[in-house]
Amino acid sequence: MATTLAKAARSVEYAARLEHVSKSFATPGGSQLVLDDISLDVAPGEFVTLLGASGCGKSTLLNLVAGLDEPTAGTIRTDGRPALMFQEHALFPWLTAGKNIELALKLRGVPRPERRGKAEELLELVRLQGAYGKRVHELSGGMRQRVALARALAQESQLLLMDEPFAALDAITRDVLHDELTRIWSETGLSVLFVTHNVREAVRLAQRVVLLSSRPGRVAREWEVGIPQPRRIEDAPVAELSLEITEVLRGEIRRHGQH
Amino acid sequence: MASTDTTSTDAPAAGSVEAGLDALETTQSSRIPFRRTLIDKILPPLAAIAVVLLVWQGLITLKIVDDPTKLPTPGAVWGAFRDDWLQGKLLGYIWTSVSRGLLGFCLALVLGTPLGLLVARVKFVRAAIGPILSGLQSLPSVAWVPPAVIWLGLDNSMMYTVILLGAVPSIANGLVSGVDQVPPLFLRAGRTLGATGFRGTWHITLPAALPGYVAGMKQGWAFSWRSLMAAEIIANFPDLGTGLGQLLENARTASDMAMVFEAILLILFVGIAIDLLIFSPLERWVLRSRGLLVKG
Repeated sequence: MATTLAKAARSVEYAARLEHVSKSFATPGGSQLVLDDISLDVAPGEFVTLLGASGCGKSTLLNLVAGLDEPTAGTIRTDGRPALMFQEHALFPWLTAGKNIELALKLRGVPRPERRGKAEELLELVRLQGAYGKRVHELSGGMRQRVALARALAQESQLLLMDEPFAALDAITRDVLHDELTRIWSETGLSVLFVTHNVREAVRLAQRVVLLSSRPGRVAREWEVGIPQPRRIEDAPVAELSLEITEVLRGEIRRHGQH
Repeated sequence: MASTDTTSTDAPAAGSVEAGLDALETTQSSRIPFRRTLIDKILPPLAAIAVVLLVWQGLITLKIVDDPTKLPTPGAVWGAFRDDWLQGKLLGYIWTSVSRGLLGFCLALVLGTPLGLLVARVKFVRAAIGPILSGLQSLPSVAWVPPAVIWLGLDNSMMYTVILLGAVPSIANGLVSGVDQVPPLFLRAGRTLGATGFRGTWHITLPAALPGYVAGMKQGWAFSWRSLMAAEIIANFPDLGTGLGQLLENARTASDMAMVFEAILLILFVGIAIDLLIFSPLERWVLRSRGLLVKG
């Protein structure tokens, strides 16, 4: 009893806590440090974007938080197993949209009679009612990502990790999905850790933007985004902050050209 | 938190843009009308068969080949079919071979599937027997008939042995290549959903490997059928019942060329028919449900 109470009390503090996390990979020329001493908290219900140029190890960091890989040093604690969404939808093509969601429910231990209803509810949440019986290839890119989002939500995890989930979509679809994600986030009270290389996207979505430097990835700077939601990507304050962050990001990238 | 008030004003607009995008980007698939199928798919092979029959009849009518023991007329071959049909023997020949072939194939499936899984998943097993398994595919299964006859004698178990040796490697190899081609993304997605260990194999790996597995089954059937015909031709023994291979061998000993043609055509058509009735629809269904088959 005491342990469960302690756990419950602790889980209010953070959705994810990274302490001095480092990661290196073995390469033919020795080991390469990809992430260096990263400490980061994601509060319950908080929306954080991780921003960085290529080579900053943002996807590696997300894999570590998701538990798909082990850090070389440091600790990562999460409140339960996080849900993860990829740049590719990663839906299983041998299942319908609805059955993809039901598989997530099944693997979580939801009894069979409840699954169908829950799957329909989740499809409704991403505004895809009626897509239950659709095959993955029958859906557009934006619809696939929404089903993937519904499947991630089916895990009922406190923390949703997103690895550039909208990078492969066209601008209008991405814009609509930004609105959807903001709406779903505020409706569900989820914590989100969202990785992107798109500065405006980061500012459009997040409460807090964390900029990673490249090779090795370190936390370079953080910004609190005080602009009230609903925001639009073309809003003046979004553009203004984006410009500021872009300057810092460029400075980070420039350092690599000097030696 | 500077974020809560998102829904009321913006949502309907966002929703309708979304609905419009969904409608624009969803492709409508419709059924192909029967007339199109008739003209595109059914007429061309019928025309090809007609040409072959015309050339065949032409060779005889124009006396280019003038020896009925070498080349019978299409009419004579038709007569051989009709006689066997009227005597009620035709279906018996077909059934003897088809029942052997399908039973042998099912046995091959039961043995080949766990073998393929083992090779695909266990490194040591793969290193040990993987190369032999794919090498066995290029060994004509006729080569197994003599040893099978010596080991097991002239009976049905020898036929099944030859079928197994022909089909098991194809089925196992198909499954191995199916498993090898499972995109790593599916495995990662499965793991984040909690599908690890046996649940990962059952829910992710096996269904993801199905296209390769079905391709292996298709090839396995072709190999089963070939091995069985070889076994039936070589191990011709009256007590075994007359299958299509025996029919061919009997026709040869009787020097009845029309019957030889009848047997060859039956072997060909039954092999094609099983493929068209069972394996091709299965493969099409697997590929189409995954959007891997583009309608042409």
